Amino acid sequence: MPDNIDAMNAMQLDVLREIGNIGSSSAATALSKIVDKRISLSLPQVKILKFNEITQIVGGEEALVVGIMQPMHGDLAGNIMFLLRLEEAHDLAQILIHRMLNVSRQRTLPLEQFDDMEISALREVGNIMISSYLSAISSMTGLRIVTEVPELALDMAGAILSVLTIEFGKIGDSVLYIDSEFSQDNIKVGGDFFLVPDVASYATLLRALGVGQ
Amino acid sequence: MDIIKVGMADLRVGRHPCMLTTLGLGSCVGISLFDRMTKISGMAHVMLPSSKQARDNTNIAKFADTGIMELLNQMLRLGAKRASVVAKLAGGAQMFAFREVSDVMRIGDRNTDASREVLAMLKIPIVSEDVGLNYGRTIELYSADGIVLIKTIGHGSKSI
Repeated sequence: MPDNIDAMNAMQLDVLREIGNIGSSSAATALSKIVDKRISLSLPQVKILKFNEITQIVGGEEALVVGIMQPMHGDLAGNIMFLLRLEEAHDLAQILIHRMLNVSRQRTLPLEQFDDMEISALREVGNIMISSYLSAISSMTGLRIVTEVPELALDMAGAILSVLTIEFGKIGDSVLYIDSEFSQDNIKVGGDFFLVPDVASYATLLRALGVGQ
Repeated sequence: MDIIKVGMADLRVGRHPCMLTTLGLGSCVGISLFDRMTKISGMAHVMLPSSKQARDNTNIAKFADTGIMELLNQMLRLGAKRASVVAKLAGGAQMFAFREVSDVMRIGDRNTDASREVLAMLKIPIVSEDVGLNYGRTIELYSADGIVLIKTIGHGSKSI
C-alpha cells in the first residue's frame, strides 16, 4: 500500500489511468444511449493535486457544482463521484427530460436552482453512469464492488470535493484521482468522474491488476 | 485592510485591521479565534478530528487537535492575550444524505466535536457557532469586531 500518494510509480499510475479508461468508456456508452448521440471520451488522466488545487479544475472553491456520489463497499471500498458544472448539469437534465417526456420545457427557475424533475433526472444519469463505470472495473479486475443508491448535492465545489479530500488527508496533503471528460461534437457535455478508493483499497486494486508493491 | 485567505488544511493569523476568510467549508470545520483586547485574529480550516489517528500528521493545520493549539500559539506570539480570546465555529456539514451513515460521512460531526473538545481543554469559550446540516459555507472573520460572516448557496447569509 502506498504510504504516500506521491510515491506511486509510473507503472501504477498507468494502470490507474487504464482503470479510468475502461470505467469511463463504459459510462460514455451508457451516456450515448441516454442522449442518443455519439459521446466521445478524452483520454482519462490520473492526477495528483494538492488540496488547494483540486477545486481549481471546476472554477474555484465557491463554484456551484452538482456532485453525485456513491459509496463503494466489498473488495473495492471508497467513493466514486460524478461531478457536473452548473451548465453541464442543466444540459444533461434537459436532454434526459426531453427524451423521457418528449416535450421541450421552458425553464423559469434561476440557473442556481433545479426543480424536482431535474434533480431526479440528474440522479438517474448519475446512477447509470456510475453503475456502468463500476461494472466495467469489476469485470476487468474480478473485484466485487457493492454500491448504494447515489446521493446528489448541489453546492460549492470546495464543500462537495472536501468529502473526497478528507480520506486522503489521513495519509498526506495530495489527492489522487482519475479524471475523465466527455464530449459530443467537440462540446463538452459530460462532467468528471472521480474514482477515490479508500487508501487501503489502492493496494487491492493494484494487486488485482498485477502491479502491487 | 489585509485580506488573508486560509486554504484547506491551513491556518493563518493577522493583526487588526484584517479579514480572514476560508471558502467552501463542507465537512471541514472553520475555527475563528479572536482576541477582544488586541483584535488579533486567527482562522484554521481543519479536515480531520485528531492527528493521533493519522498516518501522516506532519501538517499540523489539518487536524482539530494540533491545528487549534498552533493557531492559539501563533496568536499569542503576535501579542494576543489568552484570557480575552474567544472562538466561533462554522462548517462540519454532512454534504451527502446517505441513509447508512459511515464514519467518512459522519466526519463533519466528528470534526465539530473534536474542535469543541480542544477549545474546552484550552479554556477558550465558544461564543457562537453555525455547524452541521447539509450545506457548504464560506466564512469571513473581521478583526474590527470579531464578527464572522457566513455565506452559503441557497441558505442565505448571516453573522455570528
